Amino acid sequence: MGITRRTFIKGLGSGITAVGLSEVILVRSGWAGAVHPAKTKDTQVTTSICPFCGVGCGLIANTRGGKLINVEGDPDHPINQGSLCSKGQAVFEVVTSPRRLKKVRYRAPGSALWEEKSLDWAMTTLAQRVKATRDAAFITKSATGVPVNRTEALASIGGASINNEECYLISKLMRSLGVVYLEHQARL
Amino acid sequence: MTNHWNDFANSDCVMIIGCNPAENHPISFKWITKAQDKGAKLIVIDPRFTRSAAKADLYVRLRPGTDIALMGGLINYIIENNLYHKDYVANYTNAAFVVNKDFAFQDGLFSGFDKAKRAYNPETWSYELDADKKPVTDPTLTNPRCVFQLLKNFYSRYTPEMVAGVTGVSKEQLLELAAVYAATGAPGKAGALLYAMGGTQHTTGVQIIRGYTILQQLLGNMGMPGGGINALRGENNVQGSTDMALLFNIVPGYMAIPSEAAHPTLKDYLDKETPKASFWINKPKFFVSLLKAFWGEAATPDNQFAYDYLPKIGKGYEGSGYSWIPLFEAMNEGSIKGMLVWGMNPAVSAPNLNQAYSALDKLDWLAAFDLWETDTSVFWKRPGAKTKDIKTEVFLFPAADSMEKEGSVSNSGRWIQWRYQAVKPHGDAQSDLWYANRLGLELKKLYQDDPKAVCPDPIVRLNWNYGESPDVHLVAKEINGYTVADKKQLANFLGLKDDGSTAGGCWIYSGYYPGPDKKDNKAAARDKKDPTGLGLYPGWAFAWPVNRRIIYNRCSLDPQGQPWNKDKALFAWDPAAKTWKNFDVPDFKWIDPATKVHVGPEESAKAPFLMLPEGKSRLFVPGGLCKEGPLPEHYEALECPFVNPMSAQQSNPVMKVWKSEMDRVAQVGDPKYPIIATTFRVTEHWQAGAMTRNLTWQAEMMPEMFVEISLSLAKAKGIKAGDWVRVKSIRGEVMARANVTHRVAPFCCGKPGFSSTVEMVALPWHFGFAGLTTGGPNPRENYAANQLAPMVGDANTMIPEYKVFLVDVQKV
Repeated sequence: MGITRRTFIKGLGSGITAVGLSEVILVRSGWAGAVHPAKTKDTQVTTSICPFCGVGCGLIANTRGGKLINVEGDPDHPINQGSLCSKGQAVFEVVTSPRRLKKVRYRAPGSALWEEKSLDWAMTTLAQRVKATRDAAFITKSATGVPVNRTEALASIGGASINNEECYLISKLMRSLGVVYLEHQARL
Repeated sequence: MTNHWNDFANSDCVMIIGCNPAENHPISFKWITKAQDKGAKLIVIDPRFTRSAAKADLYVRLRPGTDIALMGGLINYIIENNLYHKDYVANYTNAAFVVNKDFAFQDGLFSGFDKAKRAYNPETWSYELDADKKPVTDPTLTNPRCVFQLLKNFYSRYTPEMVAGVTGVSKEQLLELAAVYAATGAPGKAGALLYAMGGTQHTTGVQIIRGYTILQQLLGNMGMPGGGINALRGENNVQGSTDMALLFNIVPGYMAIPSEAAHPTLKDYLDKETPKASFWINKPKFFVSLLKAFWGEAATPDNQFAYDYLPKIGKGYEGSGYSWIPLFEAMNEGSIKGMLVWGMNPAVSAPNLNQAYSALDKLDWLAAFDLWETDTSVFWKRPGAKTKDIKTEVFLFPAADSMEKEGSVSNSGRWIQWRYQAVKPHGDAQSDLWYANRLGLELKKLYQDDPKAVCPDPIVRLNWNYGESPDVHLVAKEINGYTVADKKQLANFLGLKDDGSTAGGCWIYSGYYPGPDKKDNKAAARDKKDPTGLGLYPGWAFAWPVNRRIIYNRCSLDPQGQPWNKDKALFAWDPAAKTWKNFDVPDFKWIDPATKVHVGPEESAKAPFLMLPEGKSRLFVPGGLCKEGPLPEHYEALECPFVNPMSAQQSNPVMKVWKSEMDRVAQVGDPKYPIIATTFRVTEHWQAGAMTRNLTWQAEMMPEMFVEISLSLAKAKGIKAGDWVRVKSIRGEVMARANVTHRVAPFCCGKPGFSSTVEMVALPWHFGFAGLTTGGPNPRENYAANQLAPMVGDANTMIPEYKVFLVDVQKV
């Protein structure tokens, strides 16, 4: 090897000519052989924020026909300036992994197996469970007659890895149900 | 964080204590490195020689759980050697405040201790008041009862010899550390303090962080570019989930959840929770607007804005509230019947996991919303489980990941940033927004249709109009706040009212979505300009509150309004023109909102800390806000091989020690468990592991559970690198491969003259029993480190003590 792209361009003559030529020449071939068009060519670009730690690095997602093609660090983002750590580099696999859940799973009491269920059945059934549990153990008033409207039989945990608007809706819904055992990762 | 990630580059000295950003917040290290490139010093204080330590100018190996003693030593050195920032301390802290004459401290206990109740009466932890009920101050700081003199006297006991005996840090190294960091006390110099779970996961966690803040106040490091007290948060939206109050003790925007004892009515709540001074005098506006956001038209002046609908907490489980530990204690007792789990994996992350498993077994039903089959969702088939006997019904819902939905997240530097949807979710997967919305709609219907439903109104009348397929922008606009009559978005929280004319879901977020259209969404702002060169990026995203990038920023200026460091000015006061020029959003009164006349620096110098009634930061915390006392005192961890050298009080005198069958604790110096253990994270994995142990690349890079063992312990036990060993605590055990390494080392500690050497091992806590990789080859083995950890928490926050407990190590 021994020749870098820079010395090659320099060898072509003046800077202006080199830039012009490099666009023409280097798009199709490089020193390692033919250069394939970038896989991100003709893709739609959306930005996102990394789902791992609290640094909040910017991501760029390239999609084509609704399919994720590539994820990389957002070079415009002031914090990460395009770079990502080992976990951030793996976001593509988080999105595309075959291990991701696709259907609702249900485990009956005492069972050793999952069953697949429809989303509608599961949501309706869950709402019934929430209501039954709440109503069976609802405290309307304290011993001194203060309206307290709470249940100590329901708990909700988690939320540090979901969006603000989602956290807010969960916070609001749980308060409306009278849930007081409401906790998440920030306590640990 | 008071500051933000890019701001680390402005620092003259970065102190990393109780965190490991090179490993756990890798990209942030870019900005620490940038500071080092400009000549800043990097100090790393950690029980382990971490990847961050490898980049440090000074590495200090600290026995875990002894941060307060180390801070005490630094405070003592700084005061004795006159290295504190005098103008700053005198003007911006409560150093000059005179304290109640009955306040006292003796042999590890402050005045007012009730031994039977394991609690203090904090009456004497108060400021002395004059005839007008105003705190008495002594600007010369010489009154023997002023905070400064009390502080000086209190920490004079933390001599270098004593600190060495407690922490294992030699006297010479302590003095070197003190000299390097105290240099940031020179006016114009800034030291940034960075911490995380290494600081908080202790029975003395709050007081450890208090120790850090006293150091920062003495050196005048608050409010400065390159300074501040910075909690490096570990999840992408743990800042936001905290802001949105997914915690039992608050409602969105850091207001207390009402309690049945103190707040029977809205008037009681507002009277007791609204201080007489500070910006919090506006609390009624924020609280009533929250009620309006929750219950809309059903919240009227006639029904206290639906205040009764909001649950009032009682005393909680065994009188200890409703936080994580009491929650799991109550569950194990059988009183919690159903639980929702939103993207969390407590079967790996909870302390004393065998207790957590026993508790989960007792649930009637559990519903988990996740991307993966997590350890938690399959707790019923964990190694050793009697599956048939576990009667819990389990629902596992497929969730959309961060690229399959739209919404905002708040990073550790309080930047609210927008995520766009790139692709559709897999199969039936839905966003958590969809799940929460649908559950709300289903419940509304169930309660509407059931004439026998118990207390249906809070649900039936809940303001819940986001559509069948919820519009995230509608939710964002509600969080921001709007006027009820014309649904006009508010510019910021100054527009919120306490008469029901405005609604707002989280006042501190007000301003992030100030207009009706998507283009008004400030979380999505992407202006890359950095006009000051200080990395403030005011046009990128939205930093709460009011797009302020550095909190307490009045402290970056001297009392006359001139920056301590002219090269890093956040504001410029022109004394001739009597005007301010602002490069950040002022955290002080700079303009009269009515007349638009600029307010001179003299007024704001009196109250640079707007959220506190006294307007000054607290070296000494009055009242009972910190339950152990107004000044941090060193106590040992609950499980500890050493007798506390500082006083006769061995451990935190006011922490709750649980007595159930599963809450076993090793005695001080227990010969069966002679080794200190601590837990940590690795860069390849994330938290409880479901997100990374299911990824092929991450699993391949870091496939196995291991334990870091010192060369001396390995030799003593006949353990070779790569051997499988069993680590046992009184509560459980875990298999791990021995990683024999210089990264850990024994500690020689104890009262001067009575010292002994104790080994320490360290375990990563990401592994478990489910997923692509569990942590080892045996499918009948659970590789979760937290099987060992105790279920005891800090007296204020009840954060469990994951960072210090006792174990033994045996070769398998």
